Amino acid sequence: MTTEVLKAPLVVEFPFTRSLGPVQSAFLTGLREQVVLGVRTADGRTLVPPVEYDPVTADEIRDLVEVAPTGTVTTWAWNHAPRRGQPLDTPFAWVLVRLDGADTALLHALDAPGPDAVHTGMRVRIRWAAERSGAITDIACFERYDGDGDGDGDGDGGHEVADHDGQFESMVTGIVAQARLDYSYSPGRAQTAYINALAERRIVGERCPSCRKVYVPPRGACPTCGVGTAEQVQVGPGGTVTTYCIVNIKARNLDIEVPYVYAHIALDGADLALHGRIGGIPYDQVRMGLRVEPVWTEGGRYPDHYRPTGEPDADYETYKELL
Amino acid sequence: MPSEPVAVVGIGQTKHVAARRDVSMAGLVREAAQRALLDAELTWADIDAVVIGKAPDFFEGVMMPELYLADALGAVGKPMLRVHTAGSVGGSTALVATNLVRSRVHATVLTLAYEKQSESNAMWGLSLPIPFQQPLLAGAGGFFAPHVRAYMRRSGAPDTVGSLVAYKDRRNALLNPYAHLHEHDITLEKVQASPMLWDPIRYSETCPSSDGAVAMVLTDRAGAARSPRPPAWLHGGAMRSEPTLFAGKDAVSPKAGQDCAADVYRQAGIADPRRDIDAVEMYVPFSWYEPMWLENLGFAAEGEGWKLTEAGVTELDGDLPVNMSGGVLSTNPIGASGMIRFAEAALQVRGLAGEHQVDGARRVLGHAYGGGSQFFSMWLVGSEPPTS
Ligand SMILES: [Zn+2]
Repeated sequence: MTTEVLKAPLVVEFPFTRSLGPVQSAFLTGLREQVVLGVRTADGRTLVPPVEYDPVTADEIRDLVEVAPTGTVTTWAWNHAPRRGQPLDTPFAWVLVRLDGADTALLHALDAPGPDAVHTGMRVRIRWAAERSGAITDIACFERYDGDGDGDGDGDGGHEVADHDGQFESMVTGIVAQARLDYSYSPGRAQTAYINALAERRIVGERCPSCRKVYVPPRGACPTCGVGTAEQVQVGPGGTVTTYCIVNIKARNLDIEVPYVYAHIALDGADLALHGRIGGIPYDQVRMGLRVEPVWTEGGRYPDHYRPTGEPDADYETYKELL
Repeated sequence: MPSEPVAVVGIGQTKHVAARRDVSMAGLVREAAQRALLDAELTWADIDAVVIGKAPDFFEGVMMPELYLADALGAVGKPMLRVHTAGSVGGSTALVATNLVRSRVHATVLTLAYEKQSESNAMWGLSLPIPFQQPLLAGAGGFFAPHVRAYMRRSGAPDTVGSLVAYKDRRNALLNPYAHLHEHDITLEKVQASPMLWDPIRYSETCPSSDGAVAMVLTDRAGAARSPRPPAWLHGGAMRSEPTLFAGKDAVSPKAGQDCAADVYRQAGIADPRRDIDAVEMYVPFSWYEPMWLENLGFAAEGEGWKLTEAGVTELDGDLPVNMSGGVLSTNPIGASGMIRFAEAALQVRGLAGEHQVDGARRVLGHAYGGGSQFFSMWLVGSEPPTS
């Protein structure tokens, strides 16, 4: 029998916070004020974006300098299909720009009508965002710049770097870095069969052909023997509470009244315990060895909880390997 | 050809706190690394390679620390490696670094581990909403508490043992200026009166959430000879892993932990750990793991570990002090926690542990574990060089 393997989108996102430290704090606050800061290394180079530690000597560097909002494209790549969260929503060039006065290049976006309008060596300038908060997005993007440098041949485009103390009114000291990953998730063949059986309120594991252990939920392979499993085995519905805890603090996103019992339950015929909530009995009367059975609710993919069957408690010797 | 003896000649850590908002991650690791170099009286130029460990990527949203932190750690032009093994990562990172010296690939290696828990959320990282799967029904402690109950049932330990561990570790932390929690008014009654979060685990028996970093300089015999302060010598080091869940898993005393300890003892010539080892710094995220690990590591027979705790054997002035630094119960930047254990073991045999120094500590075990008892890493360090 072949069944279609389940698949669903999985979005993982989290607003990570980041403390900036002295150098990044000055850099991002500067962008908010339309000032681009770099750092000067011991050998006299100016790094933009700035770093806290010298990439050559490993020394701490704190000498900030202001560079120009104009610069030169050192290399580029055309992005014909911008994705969510990218700097521009129309096709643009990713560019490395060496700002006038800097010795290293900054990665950003260049707004241009098409790839024919972009070339290495072209002169560009910053287009500032209208709303600025102290983030790299305060530079909305770069745009073509037709003004000239001073032509003195020192490559600074007419801009002499100036020392800067890096201090501004109300410094930005931290940012929120919203991270998001989009996956397409599939639980695989074995778990699909398990989940499909649950829809019929049956709990079906798989037996290892080598050690004969029954895994619920099945993973499609035995982690001990390293061989594939295929033989399906229906287990339960009865089971034994092998160990448990009483949860007294509400977990986020869980609509369960505390206190409740979170238990390891060895279903009859299974060789390892699965986890579930115990209901239908006061929390302080739950015990190791309690015999339970699943309680299903309409539309639930999993048993909502397990309740006592009323059978006598299981003897410790019968489940002590299944804690 | 015998392997090269390995010595710890520099140790540095940050003052562990709930949030280090004044530094970037680069600034945090830098602080620990610089203190380790200062202790060893070495400079960045003396380091041949860097080995870094940190929390799992989802915990803090940094995927490539080896790339982002190379400048801060003086790694330009040198090999830089990153190690992943969940909560045990600090220990396994130190062992990867150790093996580079032991095998004579490099003479002097900087190893470090860190985490800024304040900029992330470990609980979120552990409970991603995987499609089709039943959501986790309990918080962080809910994973561990059933194992603790299983241990209590198996050993017959009285339910006060966990509070004794927490009370001891929090008092030890008062002697360690780097520890996160400094609860000056701690009493046993307060521990026992703290709320039961995941019965049988009380609030005061759980670890805090910390920002911190730790670093060590490891070197060969020639490097140790130049060391301005006494080195700690590696006598044995090992790692083991096993699945988090499998039929026959013993979550109370995992086989991988037993095997890892046995390997370390074999390398170090330890016949009876209880007699031959002077102190232990072990990874105890919830207080009851002290008696559990005492058994798992062979310091007590099965079911007997709690008796050592109850009798005061594991106190700082006891016969086998455990978690002299205050342990994970007092300081927990998860990505660094394993290496802090290893570093504390080394500080003890160097005689440099300060107020929480165990007199005459000659051989001390450092222990780390993680990932639902999936990974184990341990080292045994001594005040004298290994004889073989
Ligand atoms: Zn098998």
